Order: sequence, then C-alpha cells, then structure tokens
Amino acid sequence: MTDAITADRLVKRYGDVTALDELSFTVPTGTVLALLGPNGAGKTTTVRVLTTLLRPDAGRATVAGCDIARDARRLRARIGLSGQYAAVDEHLTGAENLEMIGRLYHLGAARSRARARELLERFDLAGAADRPVKGYSGGMRRRIDLAGALVADPPVLFLDEPTTGLDPRARAALWDTVAELVAAGTTLLLTTQYMDEADRLADQILVVDHGRAIARGTADELKDQVGGNRVELTLTDPAGLDAAAQALAWHAVGALRTAPESLRVTAPVTDGPEALRHVLGALADARVTVRDAGMRRPTLDDVYLTLTGNPAAGQEAAR
Amino acid sequence: MNALTLPFADGWTIARRNTLKIRRSPDLIGSAIMFPIVFVLMFAYVFGSVIDVPGMSYREFLLPGIFVQAVLMSAQITGYALTLDLRNGIFDRFRSLPMAPSAVLIGQTVSDLLMNLAGLTVMALMGLLVGWRVHTPPHEAALGFGLLLLFAYAFSWVTATVALALRTPESFNNTATTVSFPLMFISNAFLDSSELPTPLRVAAEWNPVSTFTAAARELFGNTSAAMDTSGAWPMQHPVPASLLWIAAMLAVFVPLATRLYSRTVGT
Repeated sequence: MTDAITADRLVKRYGDVTALDELSFTVPTGTVLALLGPNGAGKTTTVRVLTTLLRPDAGRATVAGCDIARDARRLRARIGLSGQYAAVDEHLTGAENLEMIGRLYHLGAARSRARARELLERFDLAGAADRPVKGYSGGMRRRIDLAGALVADPPVLFLDEPTTGLDPRARAALWDTVAELVAAGTTLLLTTQYMDEADRLADQILVVDHGRAIARGTADELKDQVGGNRVELTLTDPAGLDAAAQALAWHAVGALRTAPESLRVTAPVTDGPEALRHVLGALADARVTVRDAGMRRPTLDDVYLTLTGNPAAGQEAAR
Repeated sequence: MNALTLPFADGWTIARRNTLKIRRSPDLIGSAIMFPIVFVLMFAYVFGSVIDVPGMSYREFLLPGIFVQAVLMSAQITGYALTLDLRNGIFDRFRSLPMAPSAVLIGQTVSDLLMNLAGLTVMALMGLLVGWRVHTPPHEAALGFGLLLLFAYAFSWVTATVALALRTPESFNNTATTVSFPLMFISNAFLDSSELPTPLRVAAEWNPVSTFTAAARELFGNTSAAMDTSGAWPMQHPVPASLLWIAAMLAVFVPLATRLYSRTVGT
C-alpha cells in the first residue's frame, strides 16, 4: 500500500514558539489519521503546511504524490480542505458557493452547477440551496464547508476540527458522513481535541504536543497505554481523601490523581466495574461517605496526563 | 487552461462572486449609487448657491470634480472588501484551490470597476438633470469617462495594497478617511484653486485629484477662458499627466499588492 501523505521532519517556528518540531508521519492511502491534541499543539499548523497554505521552515512533505513545495498547484487539485471556521461566502447562497468552488477547480460551468446540486442533495441542504449562507445554522455551515471540500471529489481530504462547536446531533451526523467518505476510499487527515472522535473515525491516532508526536497507535493501543477506564470518586469530607486514595491505588494501573479542592480522586483501571465495587466496599467499611462514584472513558486530558505528566489545559495556560 | 489565461478566467469567477455579493448588500449599493446622488445635489444646491466661478456656471465646473471624488471614494471598496475577506477566512479556501493566486486581486478590482461604471453612469445622469452639459464631441467625452475609469481601476490597487498592509477593516477605514479627505479638498475639485493662499495653492496644483479633475473638465469641455490658468505642469497638460499617474500607480501597486497578498495569507 502506498502512502497518500508523508511528512518528514516538518519544522515551523513563530518567533520563539516552535509550532512544529520535526514532526514526521505517514498516512497510507485509504486510511484515516487523527492528530489529537489541545489548542496550540500544532494540529492546525500541520494541516496548513500540508495543504500549501503555509511554508514550513524545514522538512519535506508529499500529498497525493505531489511535493508541497515544488508541486503546489497540482497538489491543490487533488485535495479538499474544510476548517474549523466555515470558509464560505456569507452573501452567496449555498449553491453559488459550491458552484464558484467548482469553477475554481476548473470543472467548467455545467459540471460545477451539476456537482453543486448533487452535493447539496447529499448533505441535506437542497432546501436551503438558494438561500444566502448568512442564514444557515452552525451545523449547516459546517456541512456546506465540508461539501466545498468535496466538490472535485479529491482523493485526499483534510478536516481541521470538523465538529468543534457543533451540538451532539450535528456532530453524530457529520461523523456518519465522514465515515461514508472513508468507506468509499478517501484518505483522511483529521485533527481533533476529542478522544471519542479520534476513536470513532481514525485508523491511527497521533498524539501531538508542542509540535512533536508523543504517542502513536490505534485507539485501542493508546487506551491500553493510558488505561482503559477511569474510576472517579467524589467525597463529602476531605478527611476521607487518604482512605479513598489508598483503596483506589490498589486497582490503579497508572498515575492516581487527588484533587483536594474538589474532593475528588481519579485513577486509570483495567477492570472498571470490579474496581468500583471493591473500592466502594472498602470505603463503606471505613465509614467514608461518598457523594458520587463512577467510571468514565479516558479524555484527552487523561491521555496528556499519562503521556506528558501535565494536563492538557495546563500546557495551554503555560504558553 | 494555460498559465496565461488562468488568472483571467479565475479572476472572472471571483469578479462574478463579488457582483453577486454587491447585489445582495444594500450598504454597498448605497455607497456606490446613493452617495454620488447626495453629493451632486448637495454641492450643486448648497455650494452652488454661494460659490461663483468666473465665466461659467458652478454646476458645470463642479461635476467633473464630483466624478473624481466619487471614484476616489468607491475605489476604497476594494480595500475594505479585502479586509473583510481576510477576517472571515475565505482566502484559506481560495489558497487551497488550484486557482491562480493573482485572480483574487484581479477579480476584486474588476468587480469594483464595474461598480464604478454604474456609479459614474448614475452621477452623469444626475448631473444632466441639474444642468451639467458636455461641450465636446462624443469621442472626447468618451475619453473623459475612460480616463475616470482607468483612474478608478488603478486607485483600486492602491487601496488593495493599503488594506493588505493594515489587515483590519477598522484601521483601513481610518487611514482611508484620513488620507482621502485632504486629497479631495486641497484640490480644484470644488473650488477654483488659483484663489487659495500660496502653500495650499501649490499643494492643490500638484495633487493628483486636481490633475484628474482638470483632465475631466478639459475632455468634457467644462472650462472657461475667464478663469486663471495655473502655470504648474500637471495643470497645463492634465490629460498626459493623468495617464502618467495611472501608469505609475499600476506599475507600483499591482506588484506590491500581489506580493502582500501572498505574504499576508501565507503566515
């Protein structure tokens, strides 16, 4: 299998800040790679470099067989890009936007028009086709932007935080659409802050931090690294924190976190239900009152904590 | 499509997008059509009732000045529109497409030229209504409008450059207003500049707005032998001087705006 995207030691600096620090990865044709990381990790910079919007300071990359520096025009004919903020013209209708994009891909007037109608139908926007985008909802805007990326039916697609700011229903609908595209053979590079999104869509996940790859693997491999489940206990009295931490430490497979200000103790575990039952029993014996107890899936913050020793939010604040 | 025709084909696509946009934005139509109407009426009836120019009616003297002033103002739409596009991220979309990068600026300046053409037409009709007349053969008058449109096109590239350097609509508007008002009023557009005190008179004689106004007056025949003629070269030869200004503006600002565009959106 050939690689649709190769990135080789990409470097991009903004003054003192290194946005990309020798970042390397490949995406085999027909697969999905998710770049997972908080704001400021270098995800958007990576997408901008690979889509020729930004020149890297060092390193090389190819997309769909074209070099990003030497072959930019040919490369642009083979990619589609949809960003976090819908890059469409507010004053134009949905149909006019897509038709304009088709013409700029040089599909010709007739094919651009036909393709616009086809995509509007497919993205459930046919009813809004002749209304200016200004009046679209957030979910509709994201769909028209994604449709814009698909006008030329590109073999390689870049989606930069496609569901940030969407409500759960719009998000699930967008996931379904993306999954269909991938099933039809499109290679996808996706950036996201959400573990569940990467889990749902990606074959491979690359966790990025300060422009470096700090972990890579399938969703399952990463979850094994960070522990499959979290047990989280919230107490009513700080006096019980030590006992709770002790009981939970028994089952913890990674770093145990105690947050005295919120009276909360959290730890990654392998067998969640069993750990929860045992810990609750031990705390009942010790007469420690528990306000809330439960299991949850690892979040991006957990991944960061495990892999870097810093919570994701703390890293952002440090910038 | 080859590398030579691509910028124009893509530029036309962008120009079409802009004209659709203008049709849907009442505020833009307002500034292109309503301003000129208000200005013609205001200056013709307010100033016109007080100001006398020797040997001719003030309205005939005024209209070419109003034409130049309107062109100066509506060419600023180019810059303003670019700052709005910079803000909403559509340039990212354009840059990720296999289109000619220069097409964005070509398309913007061409659509603004079409808007200027519409604005000038409305103003000329208004002018005829309030008593402005052309006293030259039709081909000379056509040259007059051609010269005004060339000025409009060249000046669009100037405002594009300023906009791409400043980047935000607010700072662009502030700068454009601060610069264009002295240009408009320290000139012969609204008054007979030969009667100004010497430093202002010299500034007015070399102001390009005066040059274009004088050229338009000459080509429309709105001149009077009774008025003092200035000895400054641009006032003596306004048509060649205007063409020189247009050539200079295009030669400097087309490459400058193009460079700034690729730099501004590339970081």
